[in-house]
Amino acid sequence: MAVVETRGVKKHFGKVRAVDGVDLIARDGEFLVLLGPSGCGKTTLMRMIAGLEPPTAGDILIGGQVVNDLPPRARRVAMVFQSYALYPHKTAFDNIAFPLKAQGLRKDKIKEKVEWAATMLGITHLLERKPRELSGGERQRVALARAIVREPAVFLLDEPLSNLDAKLRHAARDELKRFQRNIGTTTLYVTHDQIEAMGLGDRIAVMHAGQIRQIGTPYEVYHEPADTFVATFVGTPPMNLIARDDVIIGFRPESFLPKEVYNAHDDLVKFHFHVRRVEHLGSDRLLYGSLMGKDDLSVIAKLPLTVSITIHEGCSYEFAVRAGDLKFFERETGLRTEAQPL
Amino acid sequence: MEIAQKVHHARWRYLLDRERLLSSLLLSPAIGYIVLLIGVPLLFAIYLSFTNAISGHLEADFVGLKNFRAIVTDPIFLQALKNTFIFTFVSQVIVLILAKVLALALVKSFPGRPILRFLLLLPWVAPISLTTLAWDWVLGASNSSLSVINWTLRAVGVLGPNDWIYWTAFPEAAMAAIILIHVWRMLPFATIIILAGLTSIPQEIQDAATIDGAGPWRRLFEVTLPLMLPIVAVAVLFGIIFTATDMTVVYILTRGGPYNSTHVLASLAWQRGIFGGQLGEGAAIAVFLLPLLLVVAFLMLRLARRTEVT
Repeated sequence: MAVVETRGVKKHFGKVRAVDGVDLIARDGEFLVLLGPSGCGKTTLMRMIAGLEPPTAGDILIGGQVVNDLPPRARRVAMVFQSYALYPHKTAFDNIAFPLKAQGLRKDKIKEKVEWAATMLGITHLLERKPRELSGGERQRVALARAIVREPAVFLLDEPLSNLDAKLRHAARDELKRFQRNIGTTTLYVTHDQIEAMGLGDRIAVMHAGQIRQIGTPYEVYHEPADTFVATFVGTPPMNLIARDDVIIGFRPESFLPKEVYNAHDDLVKFHFHVRRVEHLGSDRLLYGSLMGKDDLSVIAKLPLTVSITIHEGCSYEFAVRAGDLKFFERETGLRTEAQPL
Repeated sequence: MEIAQKVHHARWRYLLDRERLLSSLLLSPAIGYIVLLIGVPLLFAIYLSFTNAISGHLEADFVGLKNFRAIVTDPIFLQALKNTFIFTFVSQVIVLILAKVLALALVKSFPGRPILRFLLLLPWVAPISLTTLAWDWVLGASNSSLSVINWTLRAVGVLGPNDWIYWTAFPEAAMAAIILIHVWRMLPFATIIILAGLTSIPQEIQDAATIDGAGPWRRLFEVTLPLMLPIVAVAVLFGIIFTATDMTVVYILTRGGPYNSTHVLASLAWQRGIFGGQLGEGAAIAVFLLPLLLVVAFLMLRLARRTEVT
């Protein structure tokens, strides 16, 4: 187990700044998620930690030691790739045994460890099969077994769930989290899926354009976004943002409810909401519309099933947000700022 | 009336939308070509090999296996058979090793790579008869005083003013020269095929092996080479068939000499059947390898399919 740290890490490909000065610490045993849109540099950052790409500048530390000049095999990291990258010509057993063979372990020791890893992931019955004879979920387990078998100090997971179908992904997420808690290895997990990030991460580092915009617990990232990028990237639908003078006011769609829902003593900020369209999503209703009287801005409201007030398309209603649920951002920089009187 | 007319037009207009018709139409030139220019001559050659046909005569009698019985006791035929195996096997082994090394080098990006790739292809695109003539000149096979190698060796002082090396005058040297040309000629093709196989291996698999702690040698032998096996099998299959059935190199460079020591089946068949006029015997020599090559092709294609990945 180890702390993983990056200090001012940069990676430039010609003029493109894929990673542009990242300072990050993953604590011992922590599950840290790198979350960001495609091309934000999260995979490049992970590849640098793995040793597959040399950084243009900055230091990478694993267990307190600068590993910039160490080859991947000396870094005690294991990686699970998006495609699982199993060796197609080897059986599951030989796939899992491969890192051990590379270490030069004895045959009986290899067998013992492969069986240990396979038991842990419940794939002992699949060991004689080739990857093409395995389902997506089974391949993922083989890839995980190959990663844990040499007991690495750090796990690097690059979107390992994105090739699974939606139903399986749910179960796999739960399993992965329990598994990581059991073995307690520091884990870095790259994803563009915010639900995965919120569900799995002890902390989430939100990346954009090669930089980290915020590091925090899922709660912090969701409820106290550091800037407008995080506010709109995390959460579906995204946070409503309204520009006003030199600030941007933000509120979550689920904090934007009909006035009648609130208690009389709540400190409310009220809006006239003209509903353009209603979407019924089963557990929620999404209301698309605009704020009238203000700047005629598009906003979305998300009403849980428990709010049964009838809403018609094309009508206007009195909606409100608790004053405490309003977030304020600087208009110029998009950064979070103090609450201001409206 | 109008609708009926439209339907009538439509029948012709959408004729090519029928996939079965279209596919037969598109395939027919290729099938016609294969049947007329390969199938018919092949069947005719097989027929001839069981007759006593000689050139200039239209009639021939069926003689059963007589031609085959005659050639298997003929020392020149046995030598040619042996040579065919040696040339094919040795040149393919050398081609495979060199092609793999070249492909591994060419898959990396470096300045001048496009030019190098282009130059590499030249031996393959030039007509084999012309390039063999060029080699004839390089080796001085027809006239050793013209040999580029001899003049070069002389210029650097290895050979004296009146020394000449006859590069194709001894059986061993002549065989080596033929193998050299076959290697030189097959190398581009094999390299390009192996290069294609190499670039088709996903980067993530190479990365995974690196992270798993495999050094360059282990990656090469445990990951890269096994994954390239199907495509290498195709390269070898083509190489064997091209080399085993070629007569141009032998015919132009040595004419089977010295003392029939470098004949291969194809050149011997040509000599007996066309020059000697013994069409039946020539055909028997020519089709002798057919069953063996069919087996080779079958095994190679099976290997390629069995090792197919993902």
